[in-house]
Amino acid sequence: MTMFRMNRRSVLAGAAATAFSARSMAQAQQPINIKIGVLNDRSGLYADLTGEGSAIAARMAAEDFGAAAKGLNVQIVSADHQNKPDVGANIARQWYDNDAVDVIADVPTSSVALAVNQITREKNKIFLNSGAATSDLTGSQCSPNTVHWTYDTYMLSQGTGGAMVKAGGDTWFFLTADYAFGHALERDTTAVVQRQGGRVLGAVRTPFPGTDFSSFLLQAQASRAKVIGLANAGGDTVNSIKQAAEFGITAGGQKLAGLLVFVNDVHALGLQTAQGLVLTETFYWDLNDSTRAWSRRFAPQRAGNMPSMVQAGVYGSVLHYLKAVAATRSKDAAQAMTWMKGNETDDPLFGKGTVRADGRKLHPAYLFEVKKPSESKGPWDYYKLLATLPAEEAFRPLSANACPLVRA
Amino acid sequence: MFELLGIPPQALFGQLLLGLINGSFYAILSLGLAVIFGLLNIINFTHGAQYMMGAFIAWMLLNWLGIGYWPSLLLAPVVAGVSGVIIERLFMQRLYHLDHLYGLLLTFGLALIIQGLFRNYFGSSGLPYQIPAELRGGQNLGFMFLPNYRAWVVVASLAVCLATWFVIEKTRLGAYLRAATENPTLTQAFGINVPLLITLTYGFGVGLAAFAGVLAAPIYSVNPNMGADLIIVVFAVVVIGGMGSILGAIVTGFGLGIIEGLTKVFYPEASATVIFIIMAIVLLVKPAGLFGRTA
Repeated sequence: MTMFRMNRRSVLAGAAATAFSARSMAQAQQPINIKIGVLNDRSGLYADLTGEGSAIAARMAAEDFGAAAKGLNVQIVSADHQNKPDVGANIARQWYDNDAVDVIADVPTSSVALAVNQITREKNKIFLNSGAATSDLTGSQCSPNTVHWTYDTYMLSQGTGGAMVKAGGDTWFFLTADYAFGHALERDTTAVVQRQGGRVLGAVRTPFPGTDFSSFLLQAQASRAKVIGLANAGGDTVNSIKQAAEFGITAGGQKLAGLLVFVNDVHALGLQTAQGLVLTETFYWDLNDSTRAWSRRFAPQRAGNMPSMVQAGVYGSVLHYLKAVAATRSKDAAQAMTWMKGNETDDPLFGKGTVRADGRKLHPAYLFEVKKPSESKGPWDYYKLLATLPAEEAFRPLSANACPLVRA
Repeated sequence: MFELLGIPPQALFGQLLLGLINGSFYAILSLGLAVIFGLLNIINFTHGAQYMMGAFIAWMLLNWLGIGYWPSLLLAPVVAGVSGVIIERLFMQRLYHLDHLYGLLLTFGLALIIQGLFRNYFGSSGLPYQIPAELRGGQNLGFMFLPNYRAWVVVASLAVCLATWFVIEKTRLGAYLRAATENPTLTQAFGINVPLLITLTYGFGVGLAAFAGVLAAPIYSVNPNMGADLIIVVFAVVVIGGMGSILGAIVTGFGLGIIEGLTKVFYPEASATVIFIIMAIVLLVKPAGLFGRTA
């Protein structure tokens, strides 16, 4: 290609390009300011799987999207809700009322998430939940301002519960953390077990948080149930699994179903103790090339720790939101939500997916088994994939949903 | 399926034994608190953090220096004890003439700082620590499967508790300590180095907490909050036993472990509360605690 062969078409193209760059310069002069508040547990038991890692994931989303070049001036702030609904609610109000925060992201701990869900709706902002488990966020308490991205209690029970029953575990005994989340998880799993012809022999409600579970484990052992369902999370789950191995319960033939186990919990347990555990997640760093590539960029910023599915979900949800604002050139909550629900999601961590009318993000869920120490090639090589549940099987169908947005 | 009152006696034995095992931790921890309070008049809120430090030091010794469980059982309390001595020399000795509240605030603040530092460095989800090879497996007692390690915990903690009680109540060193508590000025006049005694006592109390931490590392989650979750219960144990009473702390520690264990069978939801209910009752009936002397 030489200069003197310039013809009318290339002149037109050049003119268009000039016009375009003039337009993007105009945008650059008046960028849209977006403030995203990452609200989660930064000091308690969920700090590793949410915490600063989620804030890093949000920043990575803004960088990867090239927000600055697209005329978006993204600012990420973060705060610690200490897993207390009142603390979380105060921060949310402060952010929306005084600090010009447009979006709150992450928010683990179901009770806090439900509070922020309500406030976000009142203030007509946007809530991108990744960390909380309760399926009520897109059920009875669903909101037009909320997207629930990563997982929920329905999907956890469907994945792990369903798989255990299919594998012959048709009698269950639950160790249930005695608060809203544990009760919801027990309820949802019981439904799955019974639907598939299994029976629940009993349950014990354990005070939260607990240290010694041996007493409850012996009760579970005495029930002779084939599966002991752990409807708890974090340190409670780690302690239960550790002590089940110690008391020879797993060696005696009863199986443990960790209904909510994160990769960080497996890291805390060590493979020697955690091996053979079956669990469900929607993201694992070593799932495919793009998750590996992203996670290898993430880990150095977190002292070598691989991302949890919650942190991945913060990345995915923030990315999708930024796309919405870039496309609509508006921060209006209703416009952004309409765009997010109307357009397919696409990110390197969850692949392609959709956001449903009730705010539920749909993507596949993966049933994993924890590797034996001999199978693991190194640090953080923990899971082998047993099965992939398509999104429509993993998540609660709209027809069974109590969400008023969908029924209307 | 378990029924409320139809529990077979075998199961009950099992639960009693488990209660005794948990009581071992309460006993060692409350013993350390009682020793410190008895001799220093400090309510050591750092105790939970020092218990956590014991577990983490054992982990560091294993993973950084390749030193296993058995040497850690001795080394971790020594390391933690030295840190206690430093804390005592730097901060606490300035507070002895002040109200209890100042010591409480100081130790509470230190506990938060120590926990924060460990959380910042090690994260919150915890670290793995295996049961030593010699103590893996267990015995089938007919009514329950008793892991060897749990049996060891009971034996070790009983031995440590009794030895501590013996030293303080029956030896010359113990007599000096008790004299220093009763009347420091007079004791010093007899040529006994009271400040040194007090410093070493605090170091020893901290060492006891760290010892419990090492015992706990293989069976409980090793995480920065492990002490904070336990310390409140242990304080209740000390209050029930009587502040500063050595024997009271030991007996109440084991006793409350058993009561808590039984609650876990009959009404699990209340098992985290039962100790506080007992505390309230004891305070109403006998404000100085079961073994405490009224001042």
